[in-house]
Amino acid sequence: MHRVSADGTDTGQTAERRRAEERRARAIDVRARRASIQVAPEEPTPLPVVVPRNFRPDLDEGETVDPRRGDVDEWGRSEHVRSLLRRVYDPMYKHWFRVEWEGMEKIPTVGGALLIGNHAGAIPSDAPAIMHGIERDLHRPVYGLADYFFRTVPGVGTMWSRTGGVPAHPDNAYRLLHDQGQLALVFPEGTKGPSKTYTDRYRLRRFGRGGFVEIAMRAGVPVIPIAVVGAEESMPILFRLPSVAKVLRLPYFPVTANHLVFGPVLGTVAYFPSKIKIRVLDPITFDAEPDQKRYSKSTVMDEAERIRALLQDTLHDMLRARRSVWFG
Amino acid sequence: MAQTLEADPEVEMILGMGTNEPRVPLERTEYVRSDQAYSILHRIVQATQVDTVVHTFLETNSVGISGRALHEINVIGTLNLLAAAGAPGTPVRHVVVKSSTHVYGASEKDPVWFREETLRLAPVRTRVERSLLEVEAMLRDFAADNPHLIVSVLRFAHVLGTDIITPISYNLRKRVLPSILGFDPLVQFVEEDDVVRSLEHVTRNRIPGVFNVAGAGKLPWSEVATIGGAHLLPFPPVSARAFSAPLRRLGLVQFPPEMEAVIRYGRGVDTSRLIETGFRYRYTSAGAVESFARANNLRRTVGSSGNEYRYEQDVEQFFRHSPAVIRGSDG
Repeated sequence: MHRVSADGTDTGQTAERRRAEERRARAIDVRARRASIQVAPEEPTPLPVVVPRNFRPDLDEGETVDPRRGDVDEWGRSEHVRSLLRRVYDPMYKHWFRVEWEGMEKIPTVGGALLIGNHAGAIPSDAPAIMHGIERDLHRPVYGLADYFFRTVPGVGTMWSRTGGVPAHPDNAYRLLHDQGQLALVFPEGTKGPSKTYTDRYRLRRFGRGGFVEIAMRAGVPVIPIAVVGAEESMPILFRLPSVAKVLRLPYFPVTANHLVFGPVLGTVAYFPSKIKIRVLDPITFDAEPDQKRYSKSTVMDEAERIRALLQDTLHDMLRARRSVWFG
Repeated sequence: MAQTLEADPEVEMILGMGTNEPRVPLERTEYVRSDQAYSILHRIVQATQVDTVVHTFLETNSVGISGRALHEINVIGTLNLLAAAGAPGTPVRHVVVKSSTHVYGASEKDPVWFREETLRLAPVRTRVERSLLEVEAMLRDFAADNPHLIVSVLRFAHVLGTDIITPISYNLRKRVLPSILGFDPLVQFVEEDDVVRSLEHVTRNRIPGVFNVAGAGKLPWSEVATIGGAHLLPFPPVSARAFSAPLRRLGLVQFPPEMEAVIRYGRGVDTSRLIETGFRYRYTSAGAVESFARANNLRRTVGSSGNEYRYEQDVEQFFRHSPAVIRGSDG
């Protein structure tokens, strides 16, 4: 059977031609044998010769050229855009929110882990702070799993995707955590977290259907709960306008204290300078076999509830220790 | 496809069928012209005792084709094909169908990679998608009803190549690529050569099942334009197709409805299942775009080169059957 010569001089085209010739030569052979005696069936066709990933007939065997121009990965994240954003956001991170971490060493530097946190603020300020902090100090990307709603908004969707946002689909989470060993950040409260009004601050909403536990079990990765204090006060919601949200097809339409202070336009994007404190809890591993098709719903819900209670206790703990919203 | 099969001595006879004459020179393929819906296929199958039917005629592009014709080709054509292949006492052992990743649709809720069994999330809005889904449903039933037959379905991502005209390749040739303002989704391509090779791979190795076929990796739509040497032509996010109508009418762009969701949300398919069967791609997604761009540059400079082939039935018949022609060993 044909093999491309090992000296690497064989180009794709000549190899192709040689293969065709050999096939023709074999043809005569086969015909002759079939005509005379009933021979055993032909040996199975060999696997196709492995050629370079980016095949170009004008290149030598083994030589590859990457035609890609940008650095956008399969999730839509671009390290280039991300580093630009880091440069812009860093002053805000350091001087506006004065983000303070506790226990960042509990986040692994290699391998997958599912980070979960409490979610707050009309336009949540916790996700960028967590993602920025980890990328800055641990030098590894964090993918933020979020509601697909972002994708429908022109401009925002693309920007969100380039900066590490991924639609929260179980397949996406599994691929990130299990196949690629990445860090994924998810807020199990979903939009129920950021849409709650100021009177409900730091009261965790229901943790979805416990899907995050199931994914972590299936991918065989730990869940690392992260408690964030300060994001609630950076953009507190006074009340919501459900009818406007319905017309604009938004998940919720908040009227925030920022709107009152900074006006309707600036107030939509400007945060109050509340001190953000982040505490990373111990990683939680599950003694469940990974890659199962289904997991017991009761175990999943129990685990999810346990993690929720743990996070709630930590939040109360941090709030008890906090003396000022603005200075921590 | 037929050209590749001709090179294989183990294939005893190849029978081509289509509505038009073949566009490439074929040495030993017998050719039959038929109507769009393959209504004579049953008789041909019975008469020739073929054991493999490769169905590559599904229309996955609604430009310049009416809804009725599309239905006729895709649904009724496949219906006739399956009826012929599944008839009692049929000689057919293997049915290979070339489908499209359009069956997954495209929506904001999609996973970044579709596996073969991932459920479609987007509502079915376009004719092409509807007819392809109908065809695949028929194939599923057919495979279940005829367990002794091998049924292979290949779902191809956007195909790029010099021999096939798709809306995207049409636009790249015109050097404009319609896009939707504010959206830059990730897309996948498969090179024509890999299309043929993958069809050959499942046909020859008799591999049953459904497979996604797409080059490795994904690239943003804007990068397709950069590599392909085209300019992006952004349309407003609302009623993009309506805005493109005058340009479409002038033949400057092709922008069929099934393309709209794709250039808004993109689509990715997981191809690991086909790779596990031993298939090796030659081109990545970006490589397919680059290869097309290079061919396109050449075409622009020297015109549509290559050996222009014109099918002339009488001449072909003479070459094939006349005892006066001295044939090669495989003639």
